Amino acid sequence: MSITAAENQLVSQRVISEEIEKVHADAQAGRTQPRLDFRPYRSAILRHPVRELRYADPEGAELFAPAFGRSDVDAGESDLTTGGAGEPIGERIAVRGRVLDGDGRPVRRQLVEIWQANAAGRYAHQRDRHPAPLDPNFTGVGRCLTDDAGWYSFTTIKPGPYPWHNHRNAWRPAHIHFSLFGTNFTQRMITQMYFPGDPLFAFDPIYQSITDERARALLVAAYDHESSQHDFLLGYRWDIVLTGSHATLMERPEDHHG
Amino acid sequence: MAELAATPGQTIGPFFHYALPYPGDRELVPRGSAGSVRLHGHVYDGDGNGVPDALLEIRQADAAGAVPAVAGSRHRDGAPFTGWGRTTTDPAGHYWFSSVEPGPARPGGAPFFAVVVFARGLLNRLFTRIYLPADHAVLGADPLLSTLDAGERSRMVAVREADGSLRFDIHLQGPLETPFLTFPGQT
Repeated sequence: MSITAAENQLVSQRVISEEIEKVHADAQAGRTQPRLDFRPYRSAILRHPVRELRYADPEGAELFAPAFGRSDVDAGESDLTTGGAGEPIGERIAVRGRVLDGDGRPVRRQLVEIWQANAAGRYAHQRDRHPAPLDPNFTGVGRCLTDDAGWYSFTTIKPGPYPWHNHRNAWRPAHIHFSLFGTNFTQRMITQMYFPGDPLFAFDPIYQSITDERARALLVAAYDHESSQHDFLLGYRWDIVLTGSHATLMERPEDHHG
Repeated sequence: MAELAATPGQTIGPFFHYALPYPGDRELVPRGSAGSVRLHGHVYDGDGNGVPDALLEIRQADAAGAVPAVAGSRHRDGAPFTGWGRTTTDPAGHYWFSSVEPGPARPGGAPFFAVVVFARGLLNRLFTRIYLPADHAVLGADPLLSTLDAGERSRMVAVREADGSLRFDIHLQGPLETPFLTFPGQT
């Protein structure tokens, strides 16, 4: 069944919210990752595996994330507010935090990529049809390498919420997409960072695909006054923990090669 | 040992095309160069339709079985083989990489490409492996493949095409669903 076919086929927020509530009521506590089989997000219906994931011991290339260096990222790419002829419109912010593994060790010199909508909730992507203005001074794409303590930092514009066609009157909470690499390829992850206090959280099937409330909260940045800059911008802090590696196994010395 | 809670994943969404792809992303070695192989296939949904908005990455050893740890994947000009690449599906759900066939991670092991799959509609990444076609003894001795039945095993092994390329289709759902993997420490 085509979900986006006709607008009059879109179900109401009430239907989606009831579906979310039912899945949450039946969910096990303590699952940190989103459910893949999550019908309230209509695009997931035909795009999730039905069979159980198979356990595998990582080996070979899985034990090593790709390496990136100065040849891969320009220093200026961490500032999304420059590069246009003028200043982008919106609320200038800094987003910074650390990338860590499950044992709290920093992920060093690793690539972080972000993309986001502009202040009006519009992506500079040809398939975004939201009738909000594009900003000629903002593409919403950035990247950087973490430093030796695992810190990343971006200067950008606070993205706006935007409508989508999952259901009638569906709105995504404001978010920034993050693409992350750990020390092992098995830690590879893409996620979304949200802003504190967003009233749209309760209505959003993508955010609510994480059934554990504490786990959901891990995707919400904290306002960080220490990162705010006098007369210039507001600061947000968001740390990222990447697990799933030989380093989190019961200690097996033979795995610690290379 | 105190284990920090893992940050949850989220879908890549529909708007990644202007952010993540880059020139040369799918050419771990130049297309058509000596020793190169074309690895390609389709990504399908549960109705058998191509998924036009998926992003795939591979991580692999070189032909000798060594895993490179060198920078230069985003600006490949003159860079050595980095063992990592990224590609996107086209409107029909088709993808391709140009790379070398990986050697085994250990003597006698079954060589494979490590794969991660992202797509709109897919709420978290999926891992799988693309094994090179090899004789039954090598594949049957693999610690993972030996736990799978014959049908599942065949769905983790690339097919050698007449032109020498390797074809591997990824089925997110359905009767031919690809076996996807979870690793220790993932929750």
